[in-house]
Amino acid sequence: MTAVATPPTAPAAGTSAASRIVKHIATARETGIVIALLLVILFATLRNPAFLFSSDGFRDLLLTPSLLLLVAVGQAIVIITRNVDLSVGSIVGLTAYLTGRLFIDVQGIPVIAVFAAGIVFGGILGVINGALVAFARVPALVITLGTMYIYRGINVAWTGSNRINASDLPADFRGLGTGQILFIPILTIIAVVVLVVAAWYLRNLRSGRELYAIGSDPAAAHLYGLNVTRRVIAAFVVSGALSGLAGVLFAARYGTVSSGAGLGWELQAIGAAVIGGVAISGGVGTVWGAAIGAYLLLTINRALPILGIDDFWQRAVVGVLILGAIVLDRVLAVRQHRRLIAQREQAR
Amino acid sequence: MTAAATTTAVPARTYKAYGRPAWRRFLLTREMAIIALLVLVVVVSLAVVPHFDSPLTVTYLLRDIAPILLIALPMTLIIITEEIDLSVASIVGLSSVMTGLLTHGGWPFPLAALAAIVVGLIAGVFNGFLVTVVGLPSLAVTIGTLALYRGIAVGLLGTTAITDFPQDWTELAKANIPGTPVPAIMIPFVILAIIFAVLLHFTPFGRTLYAIGLNKEAAAFSGIDVGRTKFVLFTLSGTVAGFAGVYFTLLYSNARGDNATGMELQVIAAVLLGGVSIFGGRGALHGVIAGVLLIGVLGSSLRLAGITSDIINVITGVLLILSVVSASLLAWLQKRRSAAIGRKKGQAGVSSPSERATR
Repeated sequence: MTAVATPPTAPAAGTSAASRIVKHIATARETGIVIALLLVILFATLRNPAFLFSSDGFRDLLLTPSLLLLVAVGQAIVIITRNVDLSVGSIVGLTAYLTGRLFIDVQGIPVIAVFAAGIVFGGILGVINGALVAFARVPALVITLGTMYIYRGINVAWTGSNRINASDLPADFRGLGTGQILFIPILTIIAVVVLVVAAWYLRNLRSGRELYAIGSDPAAAHLYGLNVTRRVIAAFVVSGALSGLAGVLFAARYGTVSSGAGLGWELQAIGAAVIGGVAISGGVGTVWGAAIGAYLLLTINRALPILGIDDFWQRAVVGVLILGAIVLDRVLAVRQHRRLIAQREQAR
Repeated sequence: MTAAATTTAVPARTYKAYGRPAWRRFLLTREMAIIALLVLVVVVSLAVVPHFDSPLTVTYLLRDIAPILLIALPMTLIIITEEIDLSVASIVGLSSVMTGLLTHGGWPFPLAALAAIVVGLIAGVFNGFLVTVVGLPSLAVTIGTLALYRGIAVGLLGTTAITDFPQDWTELAKANIPGTPVPAIMIPFVILAIIFAVLLHFTPFGRTLYAIGLNKEAAAFSGIDVGRTKFVLFTLSGTVAGFAGVYFTLLYSNARGDNATGMELQVIAAVLLGGVSIFGGRGALHGVIAGVLLIGVLGSSLRLAGITSDIINVITGVLLILSVVSASLLAWLQKRRSAAIGRKKGQAGVSSPSERATR
């Protein structure tokens, strides 16, 4: 699957920068899913204009997937290093409850401190995942399956039958969940800022590129002298911290937090990344793709009833999308492989 | 399962292991460690936990873990070939919904049950097709079919549940072997387990599974049809999950789209706990069965001792992590020891076979 890595197609002589950009966009793996997303929005809006044009509809369109977007970005970074993080849903649940508890137990705690606590707490849970995976040399699937159970168990034991209610949270914190700047929800702005930073980091910084190298071939990266252990731990810390942030925002957005918060998000986040072109075998993909994947997943969820389909079928649609995305990746990889062979034959 | 591999693989079995006497090879294995732990937990529970020895406890325990035991059999084979099937619980749900819908639609029950098992088989064939013919990683495929099969199950039945099934059959699912507290479902399980164990440990087919898991290129070059083998395994897995779905439906007299949600992770946790390596090529069925029983017994005795089920989840997670981490810790210690012996003999530069296998 490594062959799909956005090919830096050697520009033929005479192509201008503009045409190169057009070509890049036309061949980018993310373009297909953007088109799919736009089509879903278009058909749902044609069916019922309120889907996009009512103020609630527009807000929901941007707001609902923002939390999953954060988790999916972290997940994408982990998957790029050829690992997987099944514990993200449990981390979201734990930090969401922690957020509520902080507001209840520490009177007058500043909102910014709660954010910091959530992110740091998520990061610590990520360190545990990363250290176990990197030092014990055990597949992330096994480790995070274990920590998923552990974190969720701790969450349920801690929460018990309690729940956080909207009235427990201060008004300015709740305002974050509903507020908007220039028609754009604040939570969406936070998510997009995180997305841009992550995308820039993965694309431009040396340590970001090393994540791709590690995911393409961990053994080769190690022989080459990259610090695989440190990078893998860092990827898990980012995933944990972003899930922690999502947990804090979960409390702001929904107000009520029970022990089931974030249940099943791990599969949604992995699904979003896979749909967005992040190859599960590592080394390939962008956080942009994962983010659009998250939007597509949750937008379809809202669009199905409008398109006249029971939303019971949502998961089936998601399944078809995931399968379609990986089959498409495979087809592209095979085509690329053939093209490279043809080029080699010509060069002889 | 290449997807989850981080760095160099933990050594599966080194040459040195085969030089040991047979009794040590049999007794000093991860499988025996799990079995010993299981015995320990049972003995402690018998001594400490009230009502643990009552026949009813045994019955309920075995009834509840029967679907996991059943599905763990083919899952073991799949993981040994370095693949994974995350869609099994969704197949249980789908088969359960099919059983319900067809019975409700007036089919005679045995026919409806058979059709539900066939649906499981078809689901397995589809997984196998995508993994072997299309050539996709099974982790990604079965995440997709996990959503797809569950989606079809929920889509067909919505949030309603079908609860009326012929009483003869629901009683059969709840029946015990006469004169014992052991549920009748253990009869098909034991038959299946024997078939799978013979298949895996005593036939050429079983050896090809280990060969594929250790090195699928080498296996292919030595004449094994890797694709066909995996196809058979995914089909088996789907079929067994379909059967487990029928049993699940009868046991709880309840066909719902979200039946058995999350069971795939319980099955995988038990299989890995039982000593099967996620890198493929290593594992044995007696370990897996002990792994499932260990989680079941632990859960049941803790519940009887009044400890809530969320703590059981924590313990399951800790056990799972401990079992894999201890394996790599042991490998690391062994490597250090052999390196130290090498230095003592004044041949610091030469690494032992086990060390070379690790690097």
